[in-house]
Amino acid sequence: MTAAMTSAGSRPPATGESAETQSPEQAAHGAARRTVGRVAAAVGPMLSALAVAVGVWYAVTYLVLAENRRFMLPPVHQVLEVSVLQSSHMTPMLQALWLTVQVAVLGLVIAVALGVTQAIVMVQSRWMERILYPYAVILQTMPILALVPLLGIWLGYGFGSRVVVCVLIALFPMISNTLFGLQSPSAAAHDLFTLKKASRWQRLTKLQLPAAVPSIFSGLRISAGLSVIGAIVGDYFFRQGPVGIGGLLDVYTQRLQTEDLFTAIGLASLFGVVVFSLFATLDRAVVGHWYGMVRR
Amino acid sequence: MSVDAATLHAPTADILAARPSTLLMRGVCKTFSTGTVALTDVSLEVAAGDLVSVVGPSGCGKSTLLRLASGLDAVSGGTIQVNAAATSFVFQEPTLLEWRSAQKNVELIDELRGVPRAERRRRATEALELVGLTGFERQFPRQLSGGMRMRVSLARSLVAEPDLALFDEPFGALDEITRLRMQTELQRIFRLKQFAGLFITHSVSEAVYLSNRVLVMSGRPGRIVADIAIPWQYPRPPELRYQAEFAALTGQVSAALEGGHE
Repeated sequence: MTAAMTSAGSRPPATGESAETQSPEQAAHGAARRTVGRVAAAVGPMLSALAVAVGVWYAVTYLVLAENRRFMLPPVHQVLEVSVLQSSHMTPMLQALWLTVQVAVLGLVIAVALGVTQAIVMVQSRWMERILYPYAVILQTMPILALVPLLGIWLGYGFGSRVVVCVLIALFPMISNTLFGLQSPSAAAHDLFTLKKASRWQRLTKLQLPAAVPSIFSGLRISAGLSVIGAIVGDYFFRQGPVGIGGLLDVYTQRLQTEDLFTAIGLASLFGVVVFSLFATLDRAVVGHWYGMVRR
Repeated sequence: MSVDAATLHAPTADILAARPSTLLMRGVCKTFSTGTVALTDVSLEVAAGDLVSVVGPSGCGKSTLLRLASGLDAVSGGTIQVNAAATSFVFQEPTLLEWRSAQKNVELIDELRGVPRAERRRRATEALELVGLTGFERQFPRQLSGGMRMRVSLARSLVAEPDLALFDEPFGALDEITRLRMQTELQRIFRLKQFAGLFITHSVSEAVYLSNRVLVMSGRPGRIVADIAIPWQYPRPPELRYQAEFAALTGQVSAALEGGHE
């Protein structure tokens, strides 16, 4: 106790709790409270905004909408009761979501493989870049909806077409980001490799690709978000076989099951948020590690 | 011309016979595809144990000279002869690979040549020790100061055991204190390794302090207007920079530079 007192005394004056930190237990308690405080400070504003939104929701449901039009925005508790907490409603939605996840993951994997490969091909020669890059840009600017009927005729209306839509939407950021990264090494760095008579392969694997890692990961972050959109758009339009969450959105709209519609929208959004946070975290971790900012 | 005729550049037969030249340039011209004439009729010779500096106004083709000597660019006229098993090149910027630790950056050259892992590790450790970076092997470029990054760059160039070392204003971007320290370091390494060195700089005092010959180039199109011998033995103490004889020689080089401007 005495030791703790002395050490507390020799410590520079801490803010707020300095008078209380007299024993290790109390100090630990203080630290825990500080952590709680930090979390509250981070999440608090978000939760307040959510509370306000729910308030507005209820206000619109009960004050703005007439009773016969209340189905357009059913109250929150009704969405929970009728849809979220009913396993007979929730189970098919989760199954549909799982299917959409599969489409998104497969689409993303293909988009990454294609995008990185195409960028590598383009960086090998200026000619290749001149030939391929305009088409990549056209692919990006072309409205995917315009392609949907054609894809249906070519590939059918099932899983395959959904994945293709997903790939088409997610591909461009992978190409452009990888290309940017591959082109980032300085002229001097290239001179160094030229002077040491490095082969094309060595230049690619020891200079260009390592230099591109950070941009590949930021491309991956963008493409992952797009692959979620692509998968949902894909199963909205291509309905053969098991239904995805995008297909359910349409089904619920047709049947005016707005409680289920809200749940499905919520699930789809949650999926998007999870994917985004996952890849944002991955991006930060990898790039930090890549430049030695994180100690191994 | 304020330089006396004896010190003007004229590669005479007896010089060439005395020591085998590591780098020999004769009547070298360089005209870029844009039509810019960068160099006209440049002749110079660097022998083993020579540390030759080239000073000149910016844009006079000093760096072009170095790129030609290294083989990065081809001459438009004249000949270049290099008698060196290994040539090294130190760039203006440290040009390190940001994702590699200091050690791995130094190992790069041997990696490209296919030297076995244990061997290249040993050689990199030695080179880092030579530039005084022992203990920093695992640091990444971003964690190092500008001077330390340049030391890593030096170590990388030394790992190849060069017979001919080319330097393209390597200390130009460093602060004054670091710069003076790096000059002393380079001199120590030069004495130890006895390579033939060609050092491009825009600093007259750096050229005079480091080298045993200073070549002065004129403005574009670049040509060599003076070849001034620097007589002092190595090692040269840092205090030499504040001696009257040092001032006299820098004055002579500066005068040649001014003459070349006109």
